[in-house]
Amino acid sequence: MQIVVCLKQIPDLQQIRIKRDTREPVLEGLPFLLGDMDKNALEEAVRIVEQRGGKVTALALGSPKLRDTIKEALAMGADEALLLIDPAFADSDTMTTAKILAKAIEKREYDLILCGEGSTDNYSGQVPSRLAEILGLPQVTYVRQLEFTEGGLRATRDMEEALEIVEVSLPALVSVTSEISEPRLPSLIQILKAAKKPLQEWTSEDLALSAHEVGKEASSLEVISNLAPEQERKNITLEGEVDEVVEQLTDAFTREGVIAR
Amino acid sequence: MAEILVFSEKDEIAFELLSKGRELKEELCLGLAAALLGQEVEGRSSQYFSYGAEKVYLGESALWVDFYVETYAQALQRVAEEGGAQILLLGSTKRGKELASRVAQKLGAGCITDVIGLRLEGDGLVADRYALGGNTVASEVIKTERKVIAVMPKTFEAFPLEDGEGQTVHLDLELPEPRVRVVERRPKEGEAVNVEEAEVLVCIGRGLGAEEDLEMIWELAQALGAEVGCTKTLASDFGWLSEERIVGLSGKKCNPRLYVGIGISGQIQHTVGILGSKIIVAINNDPQAPIFKIADYGIVGDLYEVVPRLAERLTPP
Repeated sequence: MQIVVCLKQIPDLQQIRIKRDTREPVLEGLPFLLGDMDKNALEEAVRIVEQRGGKVTALALGSPKLRDTIKEALAMGADEALLLIDPAFADSDTMTTAKILAKAIEKREYDLILCGEGSTDNYSGQVPSRLAEILGLPQVTYVRQLEFTEGGLRATRDMEEALEIVEVSLPALVSVTSEISEPRLPSLIQILKAAKKPLQEWTSEDLALSAHEVGKEASSLEVISNLAPEQERKNITLEGEVDEVVEQLTDAFTREGVIAR
Repeated sequence: MAEILVFSEKDEIAFELLSKGRELKEELCLGLAAALLGQEVEGRSSQYFSYGAEKVYLGESALWVDFYVETYAQALQRVAEEGGAQILLLGSTKRGKELASRVAQKLGAGCITDVIGLRLEGDGLVADRYALGGNTVASEVIKTERKVIAVMPKTFEAFPLEDGEGQTVHLDLELPEPRVRVVERRPKEGEAVNVEEAEVLVCIGRGLGAEEDLEMIWELAQALGAEVGCTKTLASDFGWLSEERIVGLSGKKCNPRLYVGIGISGQIQHTVGILGSKIIVAINNDPQAPIFKIADYGIVGDLYEVVPRLAERLTPP
């Protein structure tokens, strides 16, 4: 079983700061992490290969920092990493990202492509569908449980009102939700071993993509602004003994007219 | 005439999109059409006309016993190309999101999902969506000729016309057998709970020490006439409450008159779902908890002391 897992490198959003005057996010200097659900996908891939044999390839597109970020994927059990790093790739949108990833995947043999259902930062959920379309694959999204059958996969999809159990033959693209697995914390030995695993890098030239087919120039979207939403809140801290704060709060409820008395 | 094409697998969302489409089509000088895809859909077209569709494309296929994104995308691509759709407005449900992305790729179009606001600025259509994990709202425009926009449910209000008439176009579809087969559908055993509609919402987070302690939360909720929601951890990881109660990025977006967050630190994944609240109250023992920054009234204290006292105070003797 040859599995390609697509991973996205994102800044640690827990540490993000917002400039008070301009409401702009400050991203400089934030450490990079792998996307949450991307790690769920990777964990699932590693478990499948542990049980059934095969190989897990961690595929990622991003800045040179990726060389460091991807170590976690290798420590978690990916057999090899394939990094797509090129200044021309900067500011790629979902459309160009899918195009670049597809070019890389086409050069490989695979049975299954695993992705997170969305990225931790923008959560647009577009890359899995776009990738499946480019590669001509069936897509099974929002998967919280995956089993192998005689001819392929049986997947439990987590839809809004129901769980939908579907079957599909391989090759296929599957996107997963966080319920599918608990990403392992690599041991020290696994972390040390990761340094010796094969890591390959490709640029736009390796993928036969010209500079105007990728990155900002080829992007289908333009971001006009990206600011923290305005929140005008009273920010009143109620102080005192429990009885006093409770009294103040119920008074506030009445004053604000928020509960029917 | 080039047109705006509306589709959602949920009629009520299609009506919201049509209502917004009526406003956009005037300013953009476009037609307004909708696609109705599935089995035995014809009977529903009159309702689509009453929400402003000038044209309804009817696509029926015996294969569509289930929603399958690949064949739906094929049908929508055809409608978009033959009808000259410039803007596709879809619903950003789970199915709508994956459909929007797949049809956008087929059309070579840019796409924005999870849209929470849509407006015309200059000549361009600007869409807002949360970005950076909910820390920011990004305003984006699509640069490709065709644009695919998936809008969150309830972003626009659906309002019918007094009379609505239009043209019906029957699609002659030849679709391949779906490559994904639905073998079973299991309704979620969740309760019939709708935290989105709640006027008063009490939400609980990791500050709660044990499942048994939910009892005092229920008591407070009863005293307030509130529904109970929670963070993702409490439902998905601990299983203390059903997933229908999750509020935030991976759950429901709520606009109550009063929101009371108890033992909730205020991570953006949760707070994205409560920013529409009229009044936000936070109870947490950590004065540094980010939730206090977005609260109208904050109580720094032990929820085990505050909550029972508050419930008692609010309960009529």
